[in-house]
Amino acid sequence: MATKNKKLSLKDKYQYLTRDMAWEPSYQKKEDIFPYERFEGIKITDWDKWEDPFRLTMDAYWKYQAEKEKKLYAIFDAFAQNNGHQNISDARYVNALKLFLTGVSPLEYGAFQGYAKVGRHFSGAGARVACQMQSIDELRHVQTQIHAMSHYNKHFNGLHDFAHMHDRVWFLSVPKSFFDDARSAGPFEFLTAISFSFEYVLTNLLFVPFMSGAAYNGDMATVTFGFSAQSDEARHMTLGLEVIKFMLEQHEDNVPIVQRWIDKWFWRGYRLLSLVSMMMDYMLPNKVMSWKDAWEVYYEQNGGALFRDLERYGIRPPKYQDDANKGKHHISHQLWSTFYQYSQATNFHTWIPSEAEMNWLSEQYPDTFDKYYRPRFEHWQKQQEKGERFYNNTLPQLCQVCQVPTLFTEPDDPTQLSHRSLVHDGERYHFCSDGCCDIFKHEPEKYIQAWLPVHQIYQGNCEGADLETVVAKYYHINIGQDNLEYLGSPDHRRWQAIKGNKPLGADDSKDAA
Amino acid sequence: MSVKALYPYSAEPKDLQANFNGMQLVYVYWRKHLMFCSPFAFLAAPDMPLGDFFEQVLRPAIAAHPDSAGLDFSRVEWQLDDQPFTPDLAASLKDSGIGHKSMLTLTTPGLDGIGGSAT
Amino acid sequence: MSQLAFIVFQDNDNARYLVEAIAEDNPHAEVQHHPAMIRIQAEQRLVINRHTVEEKIGREWDVQEMLLDVISIGGNVDEDDDHFILEWKN
Repeated sequence: MATKNKKLSLKDKYQYLTRDMAWEPSYQKKEDIFPYERFEGIKITDWDKWEDPFRLTMDAYWKYQAEKEKKLYAIFDAFAQNNGHQNISDARYVNALKLFLTGVSPLEYGAFQGYAKVGRHFSGAGARVACQMQSIDELRHVQTQIHAMSHYNKHFNGLHDFAHMHDRVWFLSVPKSFFDDARSAGPFEFLTAISFSFEYVLTNLLFVPFMSGAAYNGDMATVTFGFSAQSDEARHMTLGLEVIKFMLEQHEDNVPIVQRWIDKWFWRGYRLLSLVSMMMDYMLPNKVMSWKDAWEVYYEQNGGALFRDLERYGIRPPKYQDDANKGKHHISHQLWSTFYQYSQATNFHTWIPSEAEMNWLSEQYPDTFDKYYRPRFEHWQKQQEKGERFYNNTLPQLCQVCQVPTLFTEPDDPTQLSHRSLVHDGERYHFCSDGCCDIFKHEPEKYIQAWLPVHQIYQGNCEGADLETVVAKYYHINIGQDNLEYLGSPDHRRWQAIKGNKPLGADDSKDAA
Repeated sequence: MSVKALYPYSAEPKDLQANFNGMQLVYVYWRKHLMFCSPFAFLAAPDMPLGDFFEQVLRPAIAAHPDSAGLDFSRVEWQLDDQPFTPDLAASLKDSGIGHKSMLTLTTPGLDGIGGSAT
Repeated sequence: MSQLAFIVFQDNDNARYLVEAIAEDNPHAEVQHHPAMIRIQAEQRLVINRHTVEEKIGREWDVQEMLLDVISIGGNVDEDDDHFILEWKN
């Protein structure tokens, strides 16, 4: 292989094209050019120690990304031309996509902005290049997700105004506030939050088993964008691990700061992913893996290996890891119950799991489903059969930090809510857990400003005093089309027509349009 | 602790009572009735008598639960912000010490949710 | 306690050769097939050797080509012109 030797080695090429293109400023002070690098308390003595295991240069980056895009868009075209939406397992599945488009895709855009910003604010060339590439990746992700789902938007309800909804709808304040919290922190906390805690430790739970589930439910478009996005993730995860190791190796004073960020962002991410738990257990008609099993593989096993590796730096597993591990038996059921009762205010439908699905849940959750959750669903099913489908007509209390309704139960007592409360500066605040309460205590000034959707409605800031006006006018959710129960919904009737079970009703004009 | 920032950092709480147009928030949590996923958040007038609050605000909110038919408010064990509380039905929310964003908790021995499952 | 390094690939034509090469070079690895994806895990360490992949795929292969088909990884990354290694060091 004599020809190979003529090429620069990966290491040399990376050195020439990345590090050697950086320069030392001569007529401005470094601190003035990079003003955000110090205030968080992270001490960096030598940026050259930054490791870039992938050693990807911009020319190689564009080459591989172009190839990924060509493959992806060929599949989108094939999916659309062949009416791929007709081949999914069941139209209930599409509701998971509605949640994905309104809840996750805008976070990709937030990540694009976030990485562009921190890439600008690091003085180390290696970190800057990695952040720049990730920023471009994230922009690609949001674009490909919108393209993939635009096909579904032609045939199903609830997908028409995702960006508007992300900024306003009550449950979407959960993902939105998560990212706003990270983006309003300093650059090192941002990377700990998103690159490490989210990308390395937690996003596997969304993008690996859920996307495998999309494939199992016949959704060629989603599995393809999911895995195409995830193919960038190997780099993102590596950035996440490298940034942590880099901070820990630079100075011992960094250890307690990083530990606190890991504690915080593990818990923030875990709460955010409770939405994914219900997508996996309740919204995939063909099941691949329960949330509990996914948690065991992708957090307990992988996270265990990771945190053991980090022990040598004096880092321990996240403070509330045990509570999260206990929650794996419960959170998907608790979340689905919540969305079932508040479906009048969602852009997707909910339903009672079928008998076969409930039996699957009993098998997967032998200690909890029959004891605590099946009675709830069976009661609601009876109500529904009597024509009294249950909706909760009051507004829920929200956690001041994660903004999820305070619906979670005590780690060791599933019959009691793990509600916490404290008074700060004369004002009372409520939390879903010790994890969220701790986060508040550390930075109360940040969280007292939380834009809590329920409180905003009551303050009269959401275009109306009654829920129907808020849902229709402020959220842009089409009442009777996008929201409420799945059974009998326009989506359900349209699906029956596609499958030839029933003639299309006169008001189902969406396909014709 | 406080927020680390490049400048002196201070902020106003978003949910001061003054922002609620003369009203206040009251939360109510009915233990072992998790069919209602979380405590309720109600908007109420501070001078509303507690008896009216129970009958006109709370009663309709829990009506969908089978246990609500057998619920006698006078036999409930009450807590206000985690402290024991004895309601005076004629007193206003404000005079009862139920402040903005206070939480009332109901414990109803014998009523343990559907089939005793805390639902 | 076990400490598993892992890599997940899309279940496509390229990945088939990668998986073959990995299985050959990592006898202690376990290959799991899931819908649309293949997950390979191994105690402590997993290596992809360029040479073995080239043998399986029948052409020159750049280690960075794995970026097209990979979905997820677990372990510290060490990459150069000849190999891609995932490893836990503790």
